[in-house]
Amino acid sequence: MEGLIQTIVLAPFVSVALLFLLRRQLPKSAAAVIGCGAVLVPFLCTVAAFFQFDGTPVTATLTQWMTGSVLNVPLAFRLDQLSLTWTLVVTGIGFLIHVYSVGYMHEDPSFVRFFTYLNLFVGSMLCLVLGDSMVLLFLGWEGVGLCSYLLIGFWFDEEENAKAGQKAFVVNRIGDLGFLVAMVLVFKQFGTLNIADVNAMAAAQAATLDPTLVTSIALALFVGCCGKSAQLPLYTWLPDAMAGPTPVSALIHAATMVTAGIYLVARMSIFFAMSPTASTVVAVVGCATALFAATIGLRQRDIKKVLAYSTVSQLGYMFLALGIGAYTAGVFHVITHAFFKALLFLGAGSVIHALHHEQDAMRMGGLKKYLPITHKTFLIGSLALAGIAPFAGFFSKDKILGAALYSHGLPQLLGVFGLITALMTAFYTFRLYALVFHGEERFGHGAHGHADHGAHADAGHGHGAHDHAKPHESPLTMTFPLMVLAVLAVLGGALSLPHFAHFDMLGKFLEPIFAPAYAVLGAPHEHSVAQELGAMLVSLVLAVGGAWYGFSKFSEGPGKQAEHSTKGLPFLLENKWFVDEIYNVLVVGPMRALSHLAGFFDRLVVDGLVNGVAGMVRSAGGWIRMMQNGALHTYALLFILGAAYLAIVLL
Amino acid sequence: MSVFHYYVVAAILFSIGAGGFLLRRNLLVMFMSVELMLNAANLCLVAASSSFDLARGSSFALVSIAVAAAEVGVGLAIIIAWFRLRPSVDAGDLQELRG
Amino acid sequence: MASKKESCVGSHILSLITFLPLLGALVVALLPRGGHAALRGATLVFSLANLLLSLTVFGVDPSGGMSFKESAEWIPTLGISYGLGIDGIAMPLVILACLVVPICIATTHHLRDPSRLKEYLVFLLLMETGMVGVFCATDLVLFYVFFELTLVPLYFLIGMFGGEKRIYAAFKFFLFTAAGSLPMLVSILYLLWSYKQSHGAWSASIADLRTMSLTTPEQMWVFGGFALAFAIKVPMFPLHTWLPDAHVQAPTGGSIILAAVMLKLGTYGFIRLGIPLLPQAAQAYATPLLVLAVIGVIYGSYLAWAQDDLKKLVACSSVAHMGFVMVGLFAFDKDAVRGAMLQMLNHGISTGALFLLVGAIYERRHRRGLDDFGGLARVAPGLALALIITSMSSIGLPGLNGFVGEFMIIAGTFKTQPLFAVLTALGVLLGAIYMLQMVRRVCYGKPKSEEAKHLTDITPTEKLAFAPLLILMFWIGLKPDFLLDKIGPAVDAALLALGTTP
Repeated sequence: MEGLIQTIVLAPFVSVALLFLLRRQLPKSAAAVIGCGAVLVPFLCTVAAFFQFDGTPVTATLTQWMTGSVLNVPLAFRLDQLSLTWTLVVTGIGFLIHVYSVGYMHEDPSFVRFFTYLNLFVGSMLCLVLGDSMVLLFLGWEGVGLCSYLLIGFWFDEEENAKAGQKAFVVNRIGDLGFLVAMVLVFKQFGTLNIADVNAMAAAQAATLDPTLVTSIALALFVGCCGKSAQLPLYTWLPDAMAGPTPVSALIHAATMVTAGIYLVARMSIFFAMSPTASTVVAVVGCATALFAATIGLRQRDIKKVLAYSTVSQLGYMFLALGIGAYTAGVFHVITHAFFKALLFLGAGSVIHALHHEQDAMRMGGLKKYLPITHKTFLIGSLALAGIAPFAGFFSKDKILGAALYSHGLPQLLGVFGLITALMTAFYTFRLYALVFHGEERFGHGAHGHADHGAHADAGHGHGAHDHAKPHESPLTMTFPLMVLAVLAVLGGALSLPHFAHFDMLGKFLEPIFAPAYAVLGAPHEHSVAQELGAMLVSLVLAVGGAWYGFSKFSEGPGKQAEHSTKGLPFLLENKWFVDEIYNVLVVGPMRALSHLAGFFDRLVVDGLVNGVAGMVRSAGGWIRMMQNGALHTYALLFILGAAYLAIVLL
Repeated sequence: MSVFHYYVVAAILFSIGAGGFLLRRNLLVMFMSVELMLNAANLCLVAASSSFDLARGSSFALVSIAVAAAEVGVGLAIIIAWFRLRPSVDAGDLQELRG
Repeated sequence: MASKKESCVGSHILSLITFLPLLGALVVALLPRGGHAALRGATLVFSLANLLLSLTVFGVDPSGGMSFKESAEWIPTLGISYGLGIDGIAMPLVILACLVVPICIATTHHLRDPSRLKEYLVFLLLMETGMVGVFCATDLVLFYVFFELTLVPLYFLIGMFGGEKRIYAAFKFFLFTAAGSLPMLVSILYLLWSYKQSHGAWSASIADLRTMSLTTPEQMWVFGGFALAFAIKVPMFPLHTWLPDAHVQAPTGGSIILAAVMLKLGTYGFIRLGIPLLPQAAQAYATPLLVLAVIGVIYGSYLAWAQDDLKKLVACSSVAHMGFVMVGLFAFDKDAVRGAMLQMLNHGISTGALFLLVGAIYERRHRRGLDDFGGLARVAPGLALALIITSMSSIGLPGLNGFVGEFMIIAGTFKTQPLFAVLTALGVLLGAIYMLQMVRRVCYGKPKSEEAKHLTDITPTEKLAFAPLLILMFWIGLKPDFLLDKIGPAVDAALLALGTTP
């Protein structure tokens, strides 16, 4: 078992080293085999571990890492129900996306570099998930951030892409600061950073721990989650992150990395369970993000931007679930979301690939007949995202909404907002689907004159800019992952069916993880069959209604939305509520000004003071110099006067 | 004749030397004035030495005479070198030590 | 000297490491001026031999005491001896000092005045003697002598081989440092004198001086003298302004030595002398020093962000990073001080490497502006990769060396000084901002001028010079316990004087 765990973690890193050292020698095919193999091997190991797993967590220690007087951190990896779940998702979907990338990146000259980064990402993500201490989790946490930075700026010749990468890294670092503070708080209180120990101690001391401290730890952790999982107010990097290649958007910025925040909250759920304040904050922020991002998604033109905002929105759902204590539902939504959002992004990638890096949905349309497989799988993904039964998203979203709606007070209100979000989600999802696959063909007419929305962002490889050939379906390496993911998006809901079906594999599996948290919160509320059916019906009606409206409105074409709106709500939505601009004015600008101020201050005041002292010494020297006039007689006179003075004093 | 008289003579000699050094501008005369002051000090040493009946003072004087001789050698050489450089023995012309 | 004889008393390894470079300097001085290959070769042989020798001190006593001790009479009437010894705190620094010298030799192909290569190499070797000597001295006066000895060669390295304003920079550097070391000399003399007063005999041995107890006001004054000298070296806000000037003007090798080793003399002085000899004063001064250190972290980061000059940016980042070390040091927590010791080394490695790379970039075009390049990752991918990895190490990315030190400092400091720990953590964020915008402006985008499109990629010599630093970045990042095991007990011993600490 330990051997399996070590293989899971180390295989991607070995591959990174291999790909890096042989980057000039390796042909693309070999690099593809190594790169995909480095994810397939951990996936198979995880599956093997899954079947060997008997419910008791296993820890595999590689070596000692930090040794202090109290602070001792080994490089050790721990496999339990939660990390096993996540590892399966990461390696499974990761493998599919690696395979997809072989086709998608085939013509890119930096093919090997791409796989190096991608493997580094998978390795870091596994460190994050499997790390047995908060520090090791943080290593993975920052490691995935680095890979995200490198991959967003993968086509770094465009300065915009590099800027987007930098933004992602810096905004994430703001969150990481919160994580860091949480770590030092935990370390000060418990004297260790081993997650299992900390959780056990916290659970044992639940009655005596200072509530303020618990709330501080939980909130500091949540700040970290806001950064990594793109929640308000730190979500702005994720839409910009779409500057990276599309497989990256699928793997990192939809399916895996951005769920790290949910993982962290689930991991440390005991702290959130013990702090109602923190839980409320999580729920409110999650719900607000879900709603806010959904509104922006309504009016985006860029196919990837729509998906990006829907990701932010869905992540908000997950935090809503965690905040109201529906931990299993949150994790469930992570899994189904990973399936259908990866599917949607890869489908979008397939479309973008076929249209030679056109990303503006206003310039697509009618692709149904050219891209049959992409079309079908994208439709399945859309149905799942919109939350229409029996696709995966329906079950997980319904679990969250049901848990919210049948509680009392604030969560109930949040549940209502969640329903509104579900309506909007269904609407914009099918608006996008209709714009891309239905209506008249709007592509191929001087497609590259567009200045906004980063339409060139994906313009990495060597297709001619004015290639007017008919779009064609992507190769099998790309369509195969689409089909697998489509199957998962259809069947994924079976992992955790509603209560009345008495089939909740996931919930049973994860029970030991959340048992301490539920011990504090009280067992999750059991709903009656009628209640569950009621919630399902309401959300289903809203989803179908939204989807139908979105589809019917745009199935003929974008209509008025082809033009940029210039006033009112649509204007605000299309420009993302001007949040980036507001941040620039309120935060970035003053910070930058402060740095220039520091520069001036240093030159004028601090250094000026130093040079002033030097100047004073110099001018004093100038005055004293006058005495040294070179006349022998003056010297002699002074000398004798001095001697006489001494004689008088001494005698 | 008490040791006091020797001291008076030494003081007078020293004053003449100091005055000469300050007032005269000829380098050679100034140099001789320095010698005069030195010898006034020597006189003090010898007088004190004999009055206390100790040899230490006299030996100091001997050392200082020897040093004075060396100093005369070096000093005169410098003055001659200076004179060769600039045909003048006026101390007023010697301003190169200005800071 | 009351210390007991030890088995290794017969070994003279420390003397050898200290004075082999001096011998090398003599040999190089006697070689003909024109034979550049011979000059470089001889220097390289001596410095590499010394590096190999210095690796033996890795076998330092893991229990925290002084190892490889040597002692001989020097000025017995004043109790001043030639005393050398090394512990876990000094060991990494000695090895680092011996490591950077060969690296500096690799940067001598682009001197401002190639005809004076010989002087450059002689000064380099003299520096090495001074640096190793400081870290090994167990006698206060000997420490002072070596401390001052490092000043002279660096002054000439900057003054003779620097940029346009080299004389100004060298002078500023010299005056600042001298202004600090004179009060330190007074403090040292006072310590010696009061030891004589209380014990009746003279001694300048640091171990002996630790047995003496001064009153708190006395300690405050003496510590003030030391603190001024060390704070200038570190450098702490507001005494830092000599550093950007010196770094910008210094030749690449000078910058590397300055960043990698010279700045550590300050923090090393605090842990070796300030805290153990004057514990009460150190505690009394802790809060003001912490305030200045935190200001240094934040202010230095902001300064770095404002710079448009590569070398100045790295120099200002040094102010911020050394602020981290000072915070860890004066948190008086065992973990924080361990972190600070490690961070001293990390800063030497990362910033040394940064100066190596910035120097390499500068030599290609004789420009240092952030906006003079662009697209380096396309034009010179090897150089850009090295720069990016080093930047990541500098901003404390976990897995690389910087993180371990920073994390231990912040986690440890939080136990005793939570507010300062949180403020210091802001430096982690700011570090990412200024380093990444540097990387973006230099490495990414399109080349900003015609010349920027044609740069040679990293040369084999540069690769060779960079490789050991790169290895250390990963090694310390992933397996720091090989150093922490040695540093830990030595830190505990140094903090003993403070009484009960966690």
